[in-house]
Amino acid sequence: MASRRDFLRGCLAGGAVAATVVPTPAVARDTLQRPPEALGLLYDATLCVGCQACVAACKQANDNPAEFNALDKLWDTPLDTSGDTFNIIKMYRHGTMTTKDTEENGFAFMKTSCMHCADPSCVSACPVTAMFKDPVTGVVGYDPDACIGCRYCVAACPFGIPKYQYDSPTGQIGKCELCRERYADGHYSACAEVCPTGATLFGRTSDLLVEAKRRLNLQPGKWTMMPRGRLPAPDETAEQAALWKAPRDQHYEAQVGNYVRHVYGETEYGGTQVLKLSAVPFVKVGMPDLPPRSSAATSETIQHSLYGGLLMPLAVLGALTFVARRNVVADDDGERNDQGGQ
Amino acid sequence: MNTHQHAQPAPVGGPLFTTATFICGVLIAVMVAVLVTRFIFGLGAVTNLNDGYPWGIWVVVDVVIGSAFACGGFSVAMLVYIFNKGQYHPLVRPALLASLFGYTLAGVGVMFDLGRYWNFWHIFWPTYANPNSVMFEVALCISAYIIVMWIEFSPVFLEKFGLRDAKKKLNKVLFFVIALGTLLPMMHQSSLGTLLVVMGTQVNPLWQTPVVPLLYLLSAITIGYGIVLFESCVAASAYRRQIEMHLLQPMARVMLGVLAVFLVVRIGDLVLRGAFGHAFAPTLEAFVFWLEMLLFAAPLLLIGNAAARRNPARMFVAGVAIMLGGIFLRLNGFLIGYDTGPGWTYFPSIAELLVTIGIFAIEVLGYIIITRRFPVLPRAEAAH
Repeated sequence: MASRRDFLRGCLAGGAVAATVVPTPAVARDTLQRPPEALGLLYDATLCVGCQACVAACKQANDNPAEFNALDKLWDTPLDTSGDTFNIIKMYRHGTMTTKDTEENGFAFMKTSCMHCADPSCVSACPVTAMFKDPVTGVVGYDPDACIGCRYCVAACPFGIPKYQYDSPTGQIGKCELCRERYADGHYSACAEVCPTGATLFGRTSDLLVEAKRRLNLQPGKWTMMPRGRLPAPDETAEQAALWKAPRDQHYEAQVGNYVRHVYGETEYGGTQVLKLSAVPFVKVGMPDLPPRSSAATSETIQHSLYGGLLMPLAVLGALTFVARRNVVADDDGERNDQGGQ
Repeated sequence: MNTHQHAQPAPVGGPLFTTATFICGVLIAVMVAVLVTRFIFGLGAVTNLNDGYPWGIWVVVDVVIGSAFACGGFSVAMLVYIFNKGQYHPLVRPALLASLFGYTLAGVGVMFDLGRYWNFWHIFWPTYANPNSVMFEVALCISAYIIVMWIEFSPVFLEKFGLRDAKKKLNKVLFFVIALGTLLPMMHQSSLGTLLVVMGTQVNPLWQTPVVPLLYLLSAITIGYGIVLFESCVAASAYRRQIEMHLLQPMARVMLGVLAVFLVVRIGDLVLRGAFGHAFAPTLEAFVFWLEMLLFAAPLLLIGNAAARRNPARMFVAGVAIMLGGIFLRLNGFLIGYDTGPGWTYFPSIAELLVTIGIFAIEVLGYIIITRRFPVLPRAEAAH
C-alpha cells in the first residue's frame, strides 16, 4: 500500500517538476513592433565617403574621450565601438579594392552604432531597467544610475552594441542613445547633423523606410535628389520644422547606388529604427542575418509561461508543501520514515 | 530526528590547523590581493574580459557551474522529503552544507564581477526591477534560496549551542522551508539555462534551444547526486571513515534514471530542431559537444549494472564524469559555443583563475571547519 501511495506522490512531485520548466504557448509574447512615431536613422552606404565626421561629432556630443591606436597618439583612432566610442565607420576591403561599393575587388563603408531595435534584447535582458525603450520615440536609452554593471546587455545584443568600460573601477555601459538629450535644444543626432553627403539621415523611421524604398526602386546610376541631415515628415508644418536648428532643406543631386535589394532593419528581429542600404551583401559588412522573431520575444515567452502571475510557482509550492508536510511530520515521529518508503 | 537506524550526526573533531587548511588560507589570501586590485583599478586590470566575451569564468564557473555543483542539498532533500526516501537522511546534512557554501559564495562571487556593484540592491527594488529579465528571476531566486538554505541548515547550529526550544519551533515549519528549498532551485537552475535564450543566434544551435531550462534543471539534479557520490568518497577517505555504500548504491540508480531522461530530452531536442548536423561539422564546438555527451553517457556505462555499483572506485568516477559533463554543458553554452563575431577571443587570466580557486578554497576550508566542529556527518565507527 505504502508503495502505491509513494508512487502517486512521486508522480505529483514529478509533474510539478515538469510544470515548472515546460513552457505553454498560452502566454506567448509576440515580437514588439516600432512605435508609430519612432525616430531613427537611414544609413546609405553608397553615399558614405568614409570621412568620419560623424565619428568625431558623436564623440563631441557624448563628451567621450579620444582613443589612441596609432603610434603618434595625436588623433582619435578607435578601431571599434567601445565604452567610449558609440559610433564608428568600418571599412569592407576585398582584393585590389579598386571600385567602391563592389563585393569583388572593391571596398565599402558601414556605420556601426545602435540599431534601436523595435524589440531590443538589451532591454529584455536588463534586470534593473537601466536599459529602456522610450514609449514614444522608441529610442533605447541607458541610465548609469540604475545600472548594476552585470553586462547581460553586452552579451545579449546581436549587433554587439552596448559596451562596458573595463578600465574603470566605476565603469559604465556606453552606447548610442540617438542624441535623445539634444532634441530639447533643437539638435538631432549629431552623426546625421554633420554628415556632408546625407549618408546618415535622421527622421521618423516610417518616413525613412519610404525614402529607402524610393531609392531601391530607382535605376542604379540615375541622378536623383538626396536629402541631407534630417528627413522631414511629408506633412510637417513650418512650426514643427522650426523646432530644429539645422536648415530644413539641404537636398543635393547624387547618383543612385547599385543596392542589394533589401532594407536592413525593416524586418530583422521585428524591425529596427535605424535602417541601412548597402551595395555589398549585409553579412559581408558585419550586419548579422537575423530572423523576424526577436530573441527577446522567445525569452520572455518562456519566462512568462513559467512565472506569469507566479501561478505556476505557487501551484508547485502548494504541492511540494503538501507532500513535504506529510513526510517531515513522519520524519519527526521517527516511524514511517524508517520503512524507507520503498 | 531519526534514532532507530541512522547514526546521529556528530562533529568529526580533530585539529583545525592542518596542511589542507593552511593551503586554503594561502589561496584565500591570494584571492583577496587580486580582488583589491580589481576594486581599485576595474575589471580590465585583472581579467581578460572584453565586449565580445563580457562574461568570463567569474560568472560561468563561479555562478552558473558553482551553483549547479551546489545542488547536492536540493537533490538529496527532494529524495528524502518529497519522494519520502527516508533512508537517505544521513546524506542530507553534508550535502546541504556543501550547497550552502556553493550558493553563498556564488552570491558573493557575483559582487566581484558586477561592474556597478553598489547598485546591486536595485534588483530587489520595485521601481528598478524588470520582471521580463531572466537575470532578475535568477538573482531573486538565488538570493531567496541562500536564505532558505541557512534556515534549513540552522538545526546544526541550534543543536551545537543547545537551543532546543528554537529547534522545536523551527521543526514545526520546517516542511514549508523544505518545500521552498525545493521550488527555488528548480526555478533558478532552469533559468540559468534560459539566460542563453535572449543571446539568440550568437549561441551555437547545439546549445541554443527553447528547452534549455529543462536541460539545465535535469542536469543540475543529476549533478547534485554526482556531487554527493564525489563528496562521500572524498570525505570518507579524508576522515578515514567507511563509505556509505548502502545509501550511495540506490541513490546512484536514481541518478542514472534522471540522467537517462536528460539524455532523451537532449538528443530528442537536437533531432527535432534539426540541429544535430552541427555536431558533425569539423569545428571545436562539435568536438566539445561530443566530449560533453561522452561524459554524460559515461555513468550509464560505468555503473549501469548493480555489480558495478558495488565498486566505490567506479561510483567515484561516475560522479566525477557527471560533474564534468555539467561543466561542459555550461561552458559550451556560455563560452565555447558563444560567438559574437570575428576578432573576439577569451581565455581566463591567471588572476581570474586565482579568484575562482580562492572561492573554491573558502568552500573547502568552511566544509572542514564545520564538519570538524558541528554535527553534520553521521557519527561513524572509525574505519581504522
